[in-house]
Amino acid sequence: MKENAGPLIVLGILLLFPWVITDQYYQHLMILVLMWVAIGSGWNLIAGYTGQVSFGDAAFFGTGAYAAGLLAFKLGISAWWGLALGGLMAVVIAFPFGWICFRLRGAYFALATLALNEVMRHIATIWESLTGGMVGILLMQTFVSKIPYYYVALVIAVIAVVTVQLVMQSRWGYYFVSIREDQDTAESIGIDTHYYKMISLCLAAYLTGLAGSLYMNYMSFIDPHIVFSLHDISIMAILVGIVGGVGTVYGPAVGAFVMVTVSELFRTGGFGLVDSVTKAIPYPAVMLAAKYIKEAHVFTFGVLVILVILFLPNGIVGDWPKLRRGLLFWRRQKA
Amino acid sequence: MDVFLQTLVSGVLTGGLYALIGLGMTLIMGVMNIINLAHGQLMMVAMYITFVLFHYLGLDPYFALPVSCTFLFFLGVFIQRYLLNPLMQVESILPENQVLMTVGIGMVLTEICRFIFTSNYKSVPNPYSSPTFFIGGISFSKAMCTAFVLAVMFTVALFWFLLKTDLGRSIRAVAQDGEAARLMGIDAERIKVITMGIGSMLVAAAGTMLMPIFYLFPDIGGPFTRKAFVITILGGLGSTVGAIFGGVTLGLAEAFGATYIGKDYEDMIGLIMFLLVLLFLPGGFKRLTKV
Repeated sequence: MKENAGPLIVLGILLLFPWVITDQYYQHLMILVLMWVAIGSGWNLIAGYTGQVSFGDAAFFGTGAYAAGLLAFKLGISAWWGLALGGLMAVVIAFPFGWICFRLRGAYFALATLALNEVMRHIATIWESLTGGMVGILLMQTFVSKIPYYYVALVIAVIAVVTVQLVMQSRWGYYFVSIREDQDTAESIGIDTHYYKMISLCLAAYLTGLAGSLYMNYMSFIDPHIVFSLHDISIMAILVGIVGGVGTVYGPAVGAFVMVTVSELFRTGGFGLVDSVTKAIPYPAVMLAAKYIKEAHVFTFGVLVILVILFLPNGIVGDWPKLRRGLLFWRRQKA
Repeated sequence: MDVFLQTLVSGVLTGGLYALIGLGMTLIMGVMNIINLAHGQLMMVAMYITFVLFHYLGLDPYFALPVSCTFLFFLGVFIQRYLLNPLMQVESILPENQVLMTVGIGMVLTEICRFIFTSNYKSVPNPYSSPTFFIGGISFSKAMCTAFVLAVMFTVALFWFLLKTDLGRSIRAVAQDGEAARLMGIDAERIKVITMGIGSMLVAAAGTMLMPIFYLFPDIGGPFTRKAFVITILGGLGSTVGAIFGGVTLGLAEAFGATYIGKDYEDMIGLIMFLLVLLFLPGGFKRLTKV
């Protein structure tokens, strides 16, 4: 019980959050954070624990979103049923893909996931009679308030973290890690690596698809370039994983919080700070800098990828002892 | 029949340039054993250099070739020396962190170009981008033919370099067996740096030659990165001869797909070929030819 105290306290804070912070904007950000916790946990399961790096999480995310969207758009069934269907549809995509592509190893599997991402986006764009093509799908939001969405997102995030926790404590978890460490050795001591990689991929796809259908319900608008986006979904999922900590249960949660904050910080120009600076100092150079800062969020993602891989290879959670030592040292020096 | 021949010709001409893109990628893959997912973005940088030289100095795209090649050579050297080589020492449980690193580099390059040149479409309008000549009812674009001839020359030069020079032999040695090459006294780190430079240079040449034909915008890198890895998978990983086969095959497949199926499917065809090759011919053409 003691080792779970920290996460339980965090969960308690999260349960109270929408009643304390009533500003819709911050509630919106927290919903995004919780959604990314689910996606990041999925990515972490397949890439961080099983060692099969995926560049194509958007394929599963988009499938989940389209599953929910089309259910409402074509059949007139509430998109909330998509929460049940979205994850399953993502598994339906992931299963044959994994069956075929797990004969590839390492970077070549990563390439195959990248190709899957592109293929799915092209299908969603070209198959206009089903998906509406570039027009996308627009639904009516069920609730005006953000609070119901918040709790659904919270439940999904908790499901994701608990799933990863339980799986990694079970026998499967040891199999996954052994595949990551050395696939040939794992095979030689009798682990059916193909089978366990499939399980890991399907679980990851399920969690990602679940997050996708939540996105459809919450945002109520999708188009192929949003939900199958390489930069905004697949790379973001990787960043959430590596910033938080690869191969740690709570890493994706930390990573999601950091990444959504960073992304929003640039999109809004330091939460409006840049705007007030430009108003205070209306020089052209400052205005130009402000314009660049607002456009810089993809650039920052790229720089973050490089810096994190070089200097924080195990993420915030994984490298916490190193980080803390650094911070302590810095504080001691200051004093 | 005319349509068929016309498609064939344009497929082969595009294929020549694709081969050049694939050659750089396959060299990097062979020596460093990583997939360079910033390859198309490097090409995009070369295209912007060509554009700047044309727009501000009035330099003809074909004369911009040495400038963009040199610049990209040093950019490649910088990336390998300061970003990829240090990764060897980093202890990480994350697999494929080098591939992830190239994705990050690609994003940074794209965004820097977007800052400088905005997302607007650019082109290099010049007298020879549109004229064509005819042989027996088949039209040949002059710009494409020039590019094809230059691409063949670059390929021949590369093969001469790899087969006949000392440095080329060292590169092949590291590609075959890095450890053994090190024991023979080859500085593998240096070879990697040089190979990255050469790979970037080849893709810069392809980019500059495509410039009279293509529109240019910062996001053009992504599709070309995907083409590059499709080509290398088709040809067989690390096989230079295979990359030429792969390039021409992809060029033909895209041309025939665009003519007989539909332009929308052009990008899909490459990706579907990629998955089919992985399924039925893992190892690519290299397996068939044993080269």
